[in-house]
Amino acid sequence: MSSSTPMVGQSFIHRVRSGELGFLPIVGALLVIWAVFGLLNHTFLSSDNLVNLTLQSAASGIIALGIVLTLMIGQIDLSVGAVSGLGSAVVSVTVMRAGLPLWLAIAAALVVGVMIGAAYGLLFTRLGLPSFVFTLAGLLVVLGIQLRVLGSTGTVNLPYESWLVRFCQQMFLSPWLSYLLVAVVVIGYAASLVVTRERRLRVDLPADRWASIALRVGVLTLVAVVATTYLNTNRGVPYMFALFLALVAGTDVVLRRTRWGRAVRAVGGNLESARRAGLPVRGVVVSVFVACSTFAVIGGVLSAGRLASAYQGTGGTDASLTAIAAAVIGGVSLYGGRGSAWSALLGILVLQSISNGLTLMNMGASATYTVTGIVLAVAVIIDELSRRARGARGASRA
Amino acid sequence: MAPSDLPDDAWRAGAPARPVLALRGVSKSFGAVRALVGVDLEVHAHEVLAIVGDNGAGKSTLVEILSGAQVPDAGHVEVDGEEVTFTSPGAARAQGIATVFQELALCENLDVVENLFLGNELERGPLLDEVTMERRAWEVLGQLAVRVPSVRVPVGALSGGQRQAVAVARSLLGEPRVVILDEPTAALGVMQTAEVLNLVERLRERGLAVILISQSLADVHAVADRIAVLRLGRTNGLFSASTTTYEDLFAAVTGVRTGHHRPADGDPPTASHDASGGWAR
Repeated sequence: MSSSTPMVGQSFIHRVRSGELGFLPIVGALLVIWAVFGLLNHTFLSSDNLVNLTLQSAASGIIALGIVLTLMIGQIDLSVGAVSGLGSAVVSVTVMRAGLPLWLAIAAALVVGVMIGAAYGLLFTRLGLPSFVFTLAGLLVVLGIQLRVLGSTGTVNLPYESWLVRFCQQMFLSPWLSYLLVAVVVIGYAASLVVTRERRLRVDLPADRWASIALRVGVLTLVAVVATTYLNTNRGVPYMFALFLALVAGTDVVLRRTRWGRAVRAVGGNLESARRAGLPVRGVVVSVFVACSTFAVIGGVLSAGRLASAYQGTGGTDASLTAIAAAVIGGVSLYGGRGSAWSALLGILVLQSISNGLTLMNMGASATYTVTGIVLAVAVIIDELSRRARGARGASRA
Repeated sequence: MAPSDLPDDAWRAGAPARPVLALRGVSKSFGAVRALVGVDLEVHAHEVLAIVGDNGAGKSTLVEILSGAQVPDAGHVEVDGEEVTFTSPGAARAQGIATVFQELALCENLDVVENLFLGNELERGPLLDEVTMERRAWEVLGQLAVRVPSVRVPVGALSGGQRQAVAVARSLLGEPRVVILDEPTAALGVMQTAEVLNLVERLRERGLAVILISQSLADVHAVADRIAVLRLGRTNGLFSASTTTYEDLFAAVTGVRTGHHRPADGDPPTASHDASGGWAR
């Protein structure tokens, strides 16, 4: 029927009119940004710089992934930057000052993240406080704890031979491994489409046409192979970025294809309806805040590895704002219930491309902040206009 | 739970049917406000019982008691002649009583299939079984002859009547024997009201007992077999739709007694006789 494979042009117009734009604006914006910077600066599209871009994107992208989840339930966590800073501080101090093994330090940081998220979740579910207020309070508290953990020197360095630092700075997928992973992903995707098609046909449901399946698998193959090949002409695909991609893909499946993910989207769409449908609303909200703080800690640990140190400025307000902006620019609705894990990837790529490109052109922080702000404003305007288009469509039929 | 065939067969044999759901002398007060006073009602399979009344007549309280959201102060609820106590909406649902509330409890951002199975999703291993859910969605919508452009459009893009149909379809997935519709046409236009009334008739054809709570005497007259009038918390008349005029109903609802008003409250034999008259039309 109409949802599977209508005429491409009709489907596009239909989606624009009905406010279901999907990833079209963000992918278009990313291509425009790359084209513009590519024309203005010769090094921007070099494989060396694009490898840098992936390294710059991974940690903040993982933090943005947590923000995607909170926005999906219509809430916000303003403290993710501070939480990531605390995560990096806990890891560095536990390893360097307490002398404990790295894995234990990372586990400790993750536990801290879980506890912070659980505290937010309980504040929301038990007291009904607005999340932007208690996460703002949390930001200050966590920032204070971060400074306390780091101590008087304010900086704790990690040794370069630490596997965390190597993982974040020097470890790249070998070419054969990168192509193997691409093959696994493409074949897995194609197999899932074919299996779904067969199952749907067996019960007389409309199914994707072969042409549509071939098109989608073809596009995925093209993008993955071209990107991998190009990055392989330089250092290759960083492990850290591969981890980010895996977390995004995993979160996407969980959001779309599990009961928990459906409950998250239902709570974001209409909390009262979700409650009436018998969903464990409180548990869902707490688990989302826990997941968000945990992603923030993972992002912080990776930042510590990439910088080989934790200092007072790790994380902080900038990291929070970048993560939130990335999620919104990536197309997650501020009104809850609409968005995708892939928004974190696309959003952070846009933001880091702008920052990276402007830096290459020797335009400093002022230009970066301004342009980022404008892009964010455009994203919010698109979100609002889509919402109105949906509302008008629903209302005119009602 | 399969829809019970017993009352149907009993009716065919000409014997008085046993009500699927009944209220016996139910009273409920909120502080000094007596919302319901000694209400008796019963509904049978293959029957649409309408409950009408003005604002403040006690309709909402009645729905809450029937759906398990409130426990009566006095009197009791019977299912298949057995006294039951519903302590929660879940308990009522487990007895085969599904309520579609006025606020439909749909999530506008989720599509039709997602809404239908919300909280009761089918799984295939660790993941959701979208194929089976979509298949069952088409089936249940088909049984109700509900037309939607696609079961994969967000419910926010549907009309009010379609949303009502989705909410009713969701209640049917639990295979209930009684469906309670609370003001299903309150926010709808003429065409969509007609669609919903068709839906009500289709529920009756499926052998369900339907309780239709409404303020619209016209709707009620069009679709109900029997009509119970609530006024100030009391049953103010029980009418057979085929033999009752709009004026009779209006008088009973408002308390302005003009025409030949025929009270029959608390009289079960009359009630089931009226009900069979309703089927025959």
